Amino acid sequence: MRPFEQIVAEHGAVVLRVCRAVLGPVDAEDAWSETFLAALRAYPELDEHANVQAWLVTIAHRKAIDATRARARRPNPVEQVPERPAHRGRPEDWDGDLWEALAALPDKQRTAVAYHHLAGLPYAEIAAITGGSTDAARRAAADGIRALRRSYPASGGGTR
Amino acid sequence: MTSDGLFDALPETDAGTLARLHDRVVAAATADGLLDVAYRTVPSPVGELLLAATEDGLVRVAFGASEQVLASLAERISPRVLHAPGRLDGVARQLDEYFAGRRTSFELAVDRRLSRGFRRTVLARLAEVGYGRTASYAQLAAAAGSPRAVRAVGTACATNPLPIVVPCHRVVRSDGSAGGYVGGAEAKRTLLTLETTGSE
Repeated sequence: MRPFEQIVAEHGAVVLRVCRAVLGPVDAEDAWSETFLAALRAYPELDEHANVQAWLVTIAHRKAIDATRARARRPNPVEQVPERPAHRGRPEDWDGDLWEALAALPDKQRTAVAYHHLAGLPYAEIAAITGGSTDAARRAAADGIRALRRSYPASGGGTR
Repeated sequence: MTSDGLFDALPETDAGTLARLHDRVVAAATADGLLDVAYRTVPSPVGELLLAATEDGLVRVAFGASEQVLASLAERISPRVLHAPGRLDGVARQLDEYFAGRRTSFELAVDRRLSRGFRRTVLARLAEVGYGRTASYAQLAAAAGSPRAVRAVGTACATNPLPIVVPCHRVVRSDGSAGGYVGGAEAKRTLLTLETTGSE
């Protein structure tokens, strides 16, 4: 079995992108840490032939559900997205418009978009993670992308 | 429908954030007793060294080729292996002092689980060969209770999981020449020279 450090090095960035897309930049960091801690705990029992990325996204998905529930219980939502143009490189430079567009999607669409287009998982894997059929996962991702195309460039406006 | 260009605004990689989050996982894993093997690398006069520790203590010191060493630790101890320099700060400091000639023995918690049987007996005997001194393979074999096992002593030294800390570099040939070394002949010479000129 490979040292867990290699798993973090190889998949850490993708899982962070997925967590951000699903939860937004703030809660994503807790979800990422909790995902890799839970993964570390379970790692020795992981099937050697398992798709590690799908396994990590499955754990991240559960952590995201926990985070969403916790957020719903919180009296004051703290989500504050600064309005400024996008740059590359720093989390605080995250494109607020894109996050708003993602956050506006129904859960099924947002997770399907994140798991397919950011994590690169096949629809069958996504269906296994989120429940429902492969076709439903494919439809949710396509609907999500269509909705993003409508809302995201329009809300940003101009050139980027 | 594809997403061409749609996610261009997302940061591709974010090394600073990932490093910070990695540290958080290390801290939580340590608190939860999940960090089975912590490792780090340190520079030294005999090249970069990889240090690894379990919860019981220092378990491995290795010259170069860290990927193979980590794979072997994952195989033999646990795959829960993380880059976690903090657990090895004390070891790194004592090694620094040793290489600066200011330390002649190590005071470390050591995990000897990677040595078994006769090899373990031989390595335990090495503690009796003091700083700046040497012993021959034959003397060590006698001390370990098997005077004819000179070759096995050589193997024990060549496979020592804790070189430098367990001073197999102090074992030399009966004719006085240095003999082989797990870190290479030059590293052995450097360590022996350090111990004869650096101690006063």
